Amino acid sequence: MTFLNHHLLSVILFTPLAGAVVLLFVKRRQEETIRWIANAFGVAGFTVSIPLWFRFQPFGDPWQFVERAEWIPSIGAAYFLGVDGLSALLVLLTTLVGAIAILSSWTAITERVKEYYIFLLLLQTGLIGAFVALDTLLFFLFWEVMLVPMYFLIGMWGGGRPLYSAIKFFLYTFAGSVVMLLGILALYFVNHAATGVYSFDLTQFQQLSVPFDVQKWIFLALFLGFAVKVPIFPFHTWLPDAHTDAPTAGSVMLAAIMLKMGTYGFIRFSLPILPDATHYFVPLVAGLSIVGIIYGALVALAQSDWKRLVAYSSVSHMGLVMLGMFALTPVGITGSIVQQINHAISTGALFLIVGIVYERRQSNEISEFGGLSKVMPVLATVFLIMTMSSIGLPALNGFIGEILILQGLYVVHKTWAAIAASGIVLGAAYMLWLYQRTMFGKIDNPANAAMKDLNAREIATFVPLVALAVWIGIYPEPVLRRLQSSVGRVVVRVNSVYGPAIAKAEAACNRPAAPVVIPGAPAGLMLTPPCETPAGAPPPKPAQGGR
Amino acid sequence: MMPITPYHYLVLAAALFAIGLVGVMVRRNIIIVLMSIELMLNAVNINLAAFSYQLHDAAGQVFAIFIVAVAAAEAAVGLGIILAFFRNKETVNIDDMNIMRW
Amino acid sequence: MDYIWLIPLVPAAGAALNGLLGIRWFGRALAGALACAAVAVALGLSIWAFVGLVALPPDARVHDVVLAAWIPAIPLETAADIGMFSVNWTARLDPLAAIMLLVVTGVGFLIHVYATAYMLDEPRGGYARFFCYLNLFCFFMLVLVLAGNLLVLFVGWEGVGLCSYLLIGFWYEKNSAADAGKKAFLVNRIGDWGFLLGIFLVFFTFGSLDFREMATAVAAMPRERTGFGVLSAICILLFAGAAGKSAQIPLHIWLPDAMEGPMPASALIHAATMVTAGVYMVARNAVLFDHAPLVMQIVAVVGVLTALMAATIGLVQNDIKRVLAYSTVSQIGYMFLATGVGAFTAAVFHLMTHAFFKALLFLGCGSVIHAMAGQQDMQCMGGLRKYMPVTFSTMLIGAFAIAGIPPLSGFFSKDEILYRAFIGNRILWGIATATALLTALYMFRLMTLTFSGGYRGPQGSPLASPAAVAEAALHGARHPHDAHAHGEADRENHEVTHGPADLLREDHARPGPSEGSPAITGPLMALAVGVIVVGFFGMPEALGGTNAIERFLTPSFAGSAGVLTGHADAALSRVAALGLMLCSTLVSVAGILLARHVYLRNPEWPRQLAARWHGMYTFLLNKYYLDELYSATVVRGTIAAARGLFAFDRRVVDGAVGALRWLTLLASWLSHMFDKHVLDGLVKLVGWTAGRASFVVRRLQTGLVQNYALVIVLGLFAFLTVFLFAR
Repeated sequence: MTFLNHHLLSVILFTPLAGAVVLLFVKRRQEETIRWIANAFGVAGFTVSIPLWFRFQPFGDPWQFVERAEWIPSIGAAYFLGVDGLSALLVLLTTLVGAIAILSSWTAITERVKEYYIFLLLLQTGLIGAFVALDTLLFFLFWEVMLVPMYFLIGMWGGGRPLYSAIKFFLYTFAGSVVMLLGILALYFVNHAATGVYSFDLTQFQQLSVPFDVQKWIFLALFLGFAVKVPIFPFHTWLPDAHTDAPTAGSVMLAAIMLKMGTYGFIRFSLPILPDATHYFVPLVAGLSIVGIIYGALVALAQSDWKRLVAYSSVSHMGLVMLGMFALTPVGITGSIVQQINHAISTGALFLIVGIVYERRQSNEISEFGGLSKVMPVLATVFLIMTMSSIGLPALNGFIGEILILQGLYVVHKTWAAIAASGIVLGAAYMLWLYQRTMFGKIDNPANAAMKDLNAREIATFVPLVALAVWIGIYPEPVLRRLQSSVGRVVVRVNSVYGPAIAKAEAACNRPAAPVVIPGAPAGLMLTPPCETPAGAPPPKPAQGGR
Repeated sequence: MMPITPYHYLVLAAALFAIGLVGVMVRRNIIIVLMSIELMLNAVNINLAAFSYQLHDAAGQVFAIFIVAVAAAEAAVGLGIILAFFRNKETVNIDDMNIMRW
Repeated sequence: MDYIWLIPLVPAAGAALNGLLGIRWFGRALAGALACAAVAVALGLSIWAFVGLVALPPDARVHDVVLAAWIPAIPLETAADIGMFSVNWTARLDPLAAIMLLVVTGVGFLIHVYATAYMLDEPRGGYARFFCYLNLFCFFMLVLVLAGNLLVLFVGWEGVGLCSYLLIGFWYEKNSAADAGKKAFLVNRIGDWGFLLGIFLVFFTFGSLDFREMATAVAAMPRERTGFGVLSAICILLFAGAAGKSAQIPLHIWLPDAMEGPMPASALIHAATMVTAGVYMVARNAVLFDHAPLVMQIVAVVGVLTALMAATIGLVQNDIKRVLAYSTVSQIGYMFLATGVGAFTAAVFHLMTHAFFKALLFLGCGSVIHAMAGQQDMQCMGGLRKYMPVTFSTMLIGAFAIAGIPPLSGFFSKDEILYRAFIGNRILWGIATATALLTALYMFRLMTLTFSGGYRGPQGSPLASPAAVAEAALHGARHPHDAHAHGEADRENHEVTHGPADLLREDHARPGPSEGSPAITGPLMALAVGVIVVGFFGMPEALGGTNAIERFLTPSFAGSAGVLTGHADAALSRVAALGLMLCSTLVSVAGILLARHVYLRNPEWPRQLAARWHGMYTFLLNKYYLDELYSATVVRGTIAAARGLFAFDRRVVDGAVGALRWLTLLASWLSHMFDKHVLDGLVKLVGWTAGRASFVVRRLQTGLVQNYALVIVLGLFAFLTVFLFAR
């Protein structure tokens, strides 16, 4: 147990890798065994990450579960892991979606099963690693590691033009990340000039004050790397191809987790390390994001391919995420992070749905379908919930993200918020039209009449996602509380106006246990006080009076 | 009777060697060429034995015995090659043995 | 009253049970009973809350319950300073909410009961699904009503929109139904765009979304009498949302299409409750709107124009359900007119009476359509009074109420609006009165065409089962008499001989149009009683009443100066008030008589009129061509933009990536060529030179060992010669 206490992140990080290694020793013809093992490691990966939720102290140290060991001492690179609220949530998301992706592939993948699961597990390790690395070189290492399995997943198990898409994906992302590496190296040398120490320590980078001229260039370099991954508007064309041609689990991982790498990079690197440049480039990034929101939504409206439509909707949603982040207000950045999680949930589920339909009919053409509600009512229900989540229906998760982003943006830039909000109308248009074309109407195509509804395994892949969608929509407080101080730290760096207010809010939350009274609340009815009581204490059970 | 001096041995060996040398160079039958090589080797042996006796040093005779042994081995290998060649080409004429040429 | 938050949760539980278990396992009876019970419990709780509220002194009739933090406090700047963005799950019970609770649960319960019989033709799963949606709707509507802040209200607001979408598209296999559902949702979304921006601006301005804090903050601000300031901006944005939800110009186009849904859903959502949510929201923010007189004028004008326009369209429609839909649009226009002139209580009162009589009319209309086996064209009805006496008499009460005949509820509420409009603006009053005439006219056109005169339907068709319909078609063939073909005098006779009596004789299971089960007529009668009774709560003082509703509601609007001062300063004398009442009554009676005269006595007139003003007629029949206009501009424009951008994306944006790819390939080919021909060429040149040179030398190498030996010997001789002699 002590080992687990001190090396929790390493355990989380290497569990999928261990799975991959175990799979190496299984005979390739024992496909069922391979599947069971892969699923076991998927579930295990999620299980070991659960302590991240319960043992994380929202108002404790800035970096928690820290691990540090020498890696390449000669250049100052270290094996340095740690999480704050943001990365803890993203790691949890990764392990959950990873397990779901593995589970969803049970019958979808029939060729080269062993290699498939090995790559999937390897991918998961890469993704987790990028989120937990506090050493920039280590971050970059994982950033590149995740490309390789993804490349093979798309290229070997994809449909359509898999090789074209895989190579496009790889080269596009790789080109961006090379420039990003330049930015990281520049930071490395700036850091050396300032402190006299050669180090890739991210936490030190975040305390640097880089000269403005240098900031601009480093920002642009990092921007290229992250913008491709997000993707921000003109750099998005790899995404529809990659998503459309990837196998279902690949699309899910790509949309749900890998796109978050870019936004994570912005929050982790660009904003806190380069605050002046961030301010300077707000019009550029926000402008591109707004274009992306409207553009992605409109292009999605024109799609005849189900999967491609969802892919373009990602462009639109990620534009909203970027926009909220570059509002540079606590509410906007919080919303941006929540929206990343929401996007993972809803788009992940939408890709699963497309995958399930594809598995039965071998087609993604929207015109092939129609009237599926009749034969697949459970799927139709799940699809409806996820559609609503995607278009931001209140009481589902998407709304929380949208309202925080737009409200956070509105107080700074009213026109931008108004334009961005119109993307919500368009979002409803393409999603509802898609829903109508696939689920409503009569079954014209006899091939659809025999389609089977979801089986238990498929339902199991959706249950956590639906539960999360409802939970975040109705009671996002636990999520938001975990984000509060990490967002606060970023905002204080980038928008110092908020310094006192954030300090006050944190102080209010760090107060020793005093009952927080909301006027008008009857005694014993509060689910949770708005703030956590003393830092470090495990979250108390909510007082569930009356319910 | 005239005593046999090293001079005589040298003449004999030189004559023998010259016969062998000419044989190697002018004869076209490879077996005769091989025998001519044997003649040359034995000419050398005579010299070695003569000088060994003259100088009271056994090393020369040891060398001679070495050479006899090597010559026997060489003759065996050479005859083996010739035999193999003959089986393929049905000839022992040295002019036909140019297949290893560039 | 601390447990008012349970009121929405009970229907939510019903919806969850029916949705998760019911669709697969429950029988019809269980599903229906469960849903009705859930709403009944909500009704009971609402009454209990209402009683509790009335027991309080008028000043203390506000009760807020904070359930939990929804979005915990996050710092965010506002117009004044850096505040905290924080939203709680708050329920608020005040007179306005209490009235709405009663309306929603009361009318909702009756409609649920009605639906248990009406939806019996559905397969079992569909039946449970329908009640799941209905309960879900009640949940969201009650959330909307009980909301204590704008964002919680928005939850209910969008939630009822979702249920509306689901219920309109309930028969999703019909493309028209699916289209209508989508249209409703999208048009609402356009309004919600404004609503959302309004919410953002509210927070930016006041630093809070809580109604109580908003009202306090607004009360401290000056009224924007002349300029178009921030309050006006908020109000216009919020009104955009209200216009979308409540089907006002220019976003009214979705409501008539929404009639694709099943009748109980139309009655509950698209007549009684959801579509009036916009009015409720404006009334909820009465203080805010009161501080923006310019927007109030816009609201009034939009309201009255919508009322007029919808009434004119309703006049020529032949689909009985669409007539009622336009009637709803028109009546909501009245409500907005009332809010626009500052008469919030009148608006809410009319909302309440409208909920009763419009629900009654819709349910009666459903009863008719049910009896006519789905036939909705009024031209094919007629004379149903004989077969459906209960439906007829209850609908007649509803029609009198909507036309504004005293002493039915519609009279009191509409008269109150006209009265306040008269004080506010004579032109508005004039249009509203004209609309009242049209209302009476189209309503009694409907009644006359449906219930009076002779039966014009196909003889055998008013049957339920498809087999019977097929049978009925045979009858039609056997008796090829059309009511229109016979003279007026013949009609009565014709009916007797070939009408449903014919079918009776031939032993059909359900002969002709007839009343449905008690579950259908019961709610009709209950609603009719409601229509009669409810009005007396708002009996104006001019008639010796107490206007209890107004007194009860006023605290909810306290702080909105217009309500109070308008009432105190500008009240007309009792004589003038009575004169206005008389005037509006006369107008209504005139409309009714005109309708009877035209559509019963002279059925040729409408056709002649339509022929004479053909352009006008088709213009109205096609709903002012607004649908066509929108589809030609907004819809086509969006689709064209989408297609264009997709092409742009592939050709230009991806094209740039592709061009980069080709450039890279070209560069790599060029360097390949350079490598192959230039660099590799050099290397090859060296090799080639060596090769050529060796040709010269290799002559020496004969391969004949003897030659070599000869050379060796010659060399030896040469060497020895030089060594021995040449030294």
